[in-house]
Amino acid sequence: MLCDKCGQRTATTHIKTSINGIVEVHHLCPDCAKEHSGGSSVMLDSLIGSFFGDSLKSHPVTDNRKRCEGCGMCFDDIAQSGKVGCDKCYETFLEQLIPSLQRMHGRSRHAGKIPNQIVIEESTEDKIAELQNQMQKAIETQDFELAAKLRDQIKELKEDADNE
Amino acid sequence: MSKWYTSCGNQSDTVISTRIRLARNIAGVPFPSRMTAQQRKEVNLAVKEAIICDENRAKRFKYIEMDTLPDITVMSMVERHIISPEFAKVRDNKALILSDDESVSIMLCEEDHIRIQVMRAGLSLDEAYAEADRIDDILGEKLNYAFNERLGYLTECPTNLGTGLRASLMLHLPALEMSGAVNRLASTVSKIGLTIRGTYGEGTKASASMYQLSNQVTLGISEKAAIENLKSIAAQAMAQEKSARENLDQFALEDNAYRALGTLKFARILSGDEFMKLISRVRLGVATGVVEGIPLEKIEELIIDAGAATLQANAGEPLDATERDRLRAKIIRERL
Repeated sequence: MLCDKCGQRTATTHIKTSINGIVEVHHLCPDCAKEHSGGSSVMLDSLIGSFFGDSLKSHPVTDNRKRCEGCGMCFDDIAQSGKVGCDKCYETFLEQLIPSLQRMHGRSRHAGKIPNQIVIEESTEDKIAELQNQMQKAIETQDFELAAKLRDQIKELKEDADNE
Repeated sequence: MSKWYTSCGNQSDTVISTRIRLARNIAGVPFPSRMTAQQRKEVNLAVKEAIICDENRAKRFKYIEMDTLPDITVMSMVERHIISPEFAKVRDNKALILSDDESVSIMLCEEDHIRIQVMRAGLSLDEAYAEADRIDDILGEKLNYAFNERLGYLTECPTNLGTGLRASLMLHLPALEMSGAVNRLASTVSKIGLTIRGTYGEGTKASASMYQLSNQVTLGISEKAAIENLKSIAAQAMAQEKSARENLDQFALEDNAYRALGTLKFARILSGDEFMKLISRVRLGVATGVVEGIPLEKIEELIIDAGAATLQANAGEPLDATERDRLRAKIIRERL
């Protein structure tokens, strides 16, 4: 489908307006859509949406056409509404979202509560520390066979980490 | 059962109430602005099952379908801060879970699938958070939350991403407002990830010198750290307000409070605006000890009951503006 406005490029943005019961649908290409949203027409939540402005510019148009598998939203939709469509969007558009999140929150990595049923995989360092703990206890109880086994496991983990 | 706001809280001379809100969503279901009616119904029922059907609940909860309520009742809920103005606007397939004392409300299919809210009188951030956290654990056991190791709890608006926590204090800052220092405070707090808003949240004006101080940043900061930040800034705002109150001409303060009280006691017509201005002056008088015999919690109760929608809800019939102003004056007169 060609753009309603320029009639040259393919329309990728579809805007439906309902004013006093009169419904109009506009099909616009990315360039005309940008012009449209920058013009006098009112875009809801454009204030929050403007947070994403830079991310929008820094990615080529083709990238902005990628759609979320979960809800079918593209990054333009998120940037314009300031709202994310579903939880999958965060995976799909993570890279594009990070700069805006950084600006919004000053940080971009969660540091709070984790739901009970989610088990975050232990880091190698944590595993080694835990094994060393167990080895120490084995030595204290003079269970040298177990201590030797644990020592070998620790050695293995350390070697794996070094190779990586 | 008596409501939460009828009890007196800590630091109630400057802190009216504490509110904790947690935003949660269910994995694999689109966020509310892209949900179908069927999906909304399913989410509502899943949360209802998770909370109401748990027999160990100490508090009893009611499940309310929002589209079955009359407008007046819904607007009265907004005045009592049980639900957000946004939630009240379009109510199709939205539901609310509410505790008997109204201190816990869970909005379903608002901006997120689940919005847990806990209210407490006065300054009570730790207790309110503990309660919200407990409810979150109960729901989290039965529901599969949308969560991402890097970004935390996933929310429709990225401004809530991470902890999904909004901790707010409703502060009464008449002396700082008079001196114009509230505006300065607003620019200071924004630098450290907090914000000051009007009485009913985002985009609303301050009514009766009541301001909402809350955390803004939710990603990269733990719940505890966000709450500690809020506490320390609130402590500064409270100290500034107290010293500004001491610097006021005490005789003028007393005169001002009693004039307001006199009008409230004898007026025959009271508009909502006039009532809020007057009650704020009386509250300042009571908080500073120049007006005696009126407990602060009574003032909180009057503010709630004098709301335009709450007046009509209690009267059991819709009233026009003139009738409302007369009824408001009558109720205030009788209660003072």
